[in-house]
Amino acid sequence: MTTQHYRQEVLALTMRWVRRLSREKFSMLFTLVQPMLFWLIFFGNLFQHAADTQVFQVENYMSFLAAGVVIMTVLNNGLSGGVDLLFDKENGFLERLMATPIHRTSIILSRYLFVITITSLQILVILAVAFLFGVTPETGLLGVAVILFIGMLFGIGLTAISLALAFSVKSHGDFFSVLGFLSLPMIFLSSALVPLAAMPGWMRAVAFLNPMTWVIEAVRPLIISGWAAALPQVAIAIGILVVFDAICLYGGAQAFRRAIG
Amino acid sequence: MSSSLAIEVTGLGKTYGTLRAIEDLSFTITKGEVFGLLGPNGAGKSTTLRILITLLRPTTGRATVLGHDVVQDAAKVRGLIGYVPQERAIDRFLTGREHLVLLGHLYHLPKLEAQERIKNLLKLVELEDHADRIAKTYSGGMKRKLDIACGLLPNPQLLFLDEPTLGLDVQSRLRIWDYIRGLRDQGITIVMTTNYLEEADLLCDRLAIFDEGHIRVIGSPKELKAGLGGDSLSLTIHNARPDMLERLSAGLKPLPFIRETRTKDNVIHVKVDSPEKSLPAVLEIASRVDCQVETIEYHRPRLDDVFVAYTGHAMKGEFPEVESE
Ligand SMILES: Nc1ncnc2c1ncn2[C@@H]1O[C@H](COP(=O)(O)OP(=O)(O)O)[C@@H](O)[C@H]1O
Ligand SMILES: [Mg+2]
Repeated sequence: MTTQHYRQEVLALTMRWVRRLSREKFSMLFTLVQPMLFWLIFFGNLFQHAADTQVFQVENYMSFLAAGVVIMTVLNNGLSGGVDLLFDKENGFLERLMATPIHRTSIILSRYLFVITITSLQILVILAVAFLFGVTPETGLLGVAVILFIGMLFGIGLTAISLALAFSVKSHGDFFSVLGFLSLPMIFLSSALVPLAAMPGWMRAVAFLNPMTWVIEAVRPLIISGWAAALPQVAIAIGILVVFDAICLYGGAQAFRRAIG
Repeated sequence: MSSSLAIEVTGLGKTYGTLRAIEDLSFTITKGEVFGLLGPNGAGKSTTLRILITLLRPTTGRATVLGHDVVQDAAKVRGLIGYVPQERAIDRFLTGREHLVLLGHLYHLPKLEAQERIKNLLKLVELEDHADRIAKTYSGGMKRKLDIACGLLPNPQLLFLDEPTLGLDVQSRLRIWDYIRGLRDQGITIVMTTNYLEEADLLCDRLAIFDEGHIRVIGSPKELKAGLGGDSLSLTIHNARPDMLERLSAGLKPLPFIRETRTKDNVIHVKVDSPEKSLPAVLEIASRVDCQVETIEYHRPRLDDVFVAYTGHAMKGEFPEVESE
């Protein structure tokens, strides 16, 4: 196995995901882009009136919500990152790939490259839409780069969970049940929609255990406050994500080894 | 190890949880032959094949493919073989050609060589005109042809086919048989599973009969059939009395090409080596001992009989359902 071979196979496998997405325009539009814009535009405007500026501590609920929408996108893409491999497993295509002389990690790496690229593009779209509604990140373009980096770190662990699940479940019904079971509490028991300070005590306690909260608490000040408030939060989030990723990648590698051998 | 061996399997076993899918299999496959794994559903054919192509680890025993161990040298083995899986492993979004191009990269073929091979393979399997259509829209037979082109892309010395004609219409089946014969003529070793007796009989140089995770017998279709004791004649005698059959039996026994005789009621069963020689002689002796022959049945053993003889039951799923696509 030379690096040239490795590059050739990873590139070909990544392009397969790209081609798939480009041929699935309907699903691309409706499952990926639309829900997030929906959150941002409709809820942003709706809650603007209901939202108490005292509670959210910003003029504009949308600027509060932007961080939540960015990270919900990461969550959504990460947790569904294994779906395509699950279908490959079920229809036998994965077996066909595994019967070729490729390195065992190429398939996984191609999935990561694809999910990270798509997620980053979506984050940029969300921030651009928010910008049109008057939300300008206080930390500027460098802040946007940090947001992309944090999103990527979070996405790595989430995709590992999804891949581990895809390799372990017996049917795709199980896969989607577990996903649904995971993603809703992750969102509602985090500070994606409501600030920690506005939560009842028990909820805040649970939210503190949710890595998603820490990620959002780092992204939000990058958008609404500025570097001074953001930097300590960013440092905490990166620390937590390194541990989170290590655990998820370890679990994912175990599941992969069990399934593929 | 002799260099004429393509595959050597010793004591191979695989358990899924508590289910013993295959147990203690040993066999060898010679280079250049078409070797069949014949057996009903669930007999363990795919499990055996998957171990040989390195997708499954055996629980016990070992196997080598072209001299390389399928566990230790798995990567090496993968580079030398082609595989046509049992499921129609098709990507819903790719055209036929794109399947081949993707696999070309996964076999690390240089671009020009890949293009050349893809062009030739599409021609071989008669898919040139459909190459740029999404493969999901192909008929069952076309999907199978694409599968075979995919299996041949690495230019393998050894091709594994899992149920190559399962569920296909008669015409596609005949076409696939032609390809397999053509490949054998080029010297490619072929290992295929099937649960069609007729297919095994017509295509395979040698076959292993699988049942419940065990190999019951191995041999060429001809040997296996001959092993059952040759052809048989059954004569029904008009107004037969026991002493008549007795005399007929006594008259037949000394003949060189008669192997054995058995009587039941008014019927005498005769196992013979050569029907051409035996039939006139049998009739002549019958008339000499005053037996009036009412009917004659002639039976040549078929692979079905071999299967029954070695497994104790008939093969199920014998009549193929043609897929409605
Ligand atoms: N991944 C698996 N997990 C559990 N049992 C399996 C698995 N694959 C096959 N089996 C079982 O092993 C036995 C042999 O299966 P298989 O090798 O597919 O048979 P065949 O190809 O001859 O139809 C069957 O009883 C089947 O149900
Ligand atoms: Mg099978």
